[in-house]
Amino acid sequence: MSSTFDTVANIIAETCDIPRETIKPESHAIDDLQIDSLDFLDIAFAIDKAFGIKLPLEQWMQEVNDGKATTEQYFVLKNLCGQIDQLVAAKSA
Amino acid sequence: MRLEYFQMVDRILALSIEQGHVRAAATVPTESPIFEGHFPDHPLMPGVLLIECMAQTAGWILLAQARFDRMPFLAAIKDAKLRNFVLPGTRLEIDARVLHEGSGFAVTKNEVLVEGTQVCSAEITFRILPFPASGVRDMLLAAAKRVEFPLEAIGHGQ
Repeated sequence: MSSTFDTVANIIAETCDIPRETIKPESHAIDDLQIDSLDFLDIAFAIDKAFGIKLPLEQWMQEVNDGKATTEQYFVLKNLCGQIDQLVAAKSA
Repeated sequence: MRLEYFQMVDRILALSIEQGHVRAAATVPTESPIFEGHFPDHPLMPGVLLIECMAQTAGWILLAQARFDRMPFLAAIKDAKLRNFVLPGTRLEIDARVLHEGSGFAVTKNEVLVEGTQVCSAEITFRILPFPASGVRDMLLAAAKRVEFPLEAIGHGQ
C-alpha cells in the first residue's frame, strides 16, 4: 500500500505540478487536489502504465452517477491505491 | 484534402486493429482561401491543421477499435513539434499508433512524413465517448467510404 501510494503521489505531483508534500493518503483527488477530468486522464495513463492495469474509470463514474458509489470510494487516494492493489492482484492471480 | 471542410485525410493506406496502427495519405491542396491569409505571397499549410491531420488519422484507428460504436474526441496534445514548412501541393503520409487504450480514453503517437522525412509529430490524447448525434456517426461512415477505410475489417462490410 505504501509503495502504491508513493508511486501514485509521485505521478500526481509530476503530472499536475502539485507539491509532493501536499499529497496525502486522505487527499481527495478532485475536492482537495483540484484535479480535473482531463488531468486525471494523464494520471490514469501513467497509473495504467506503471502498474500494468486499466483503471475502470468509466465504470467508476457510472457508479457515481447512478448513486451506487461515492467519489470518495475511488478518488480519495488511499482508496484509489486500494483499488489499484486489487487490480494488480487480480491481474497476477 | 479539403481544408475548408476539415477533410484532412484522403485515403487510408494501411490499418491494423490488432497492432493499433494506421497510415493515411493526404495531399495539401494547391489552392485554398486559407492560403490567402496564411500567408499572402507565401502560402503555408498551417501547423494547427497538420496537428488536425494527425488527430483525424489517429481517429480512424480508434473508430476501428471501437467498431464505430463510440467516437474519439481530441482532448490533449503533447510534445507537438512542427519541424518543416509544408507547402501547397505536398503529399503527406500520416502515421498513428495507439500507445494506450484506457477506460474512456486513448493515447496515440503520431507523425506526418513528407517523402519519408518527419515534418511534425505529437502525442495525442482522446476521450472515447458515445456519438453525440446519429448524424455524426452517419457522416463518419460516409467519410470512411471516401477514404477507403476497410469497413469489412470491423464487420460493417458496406
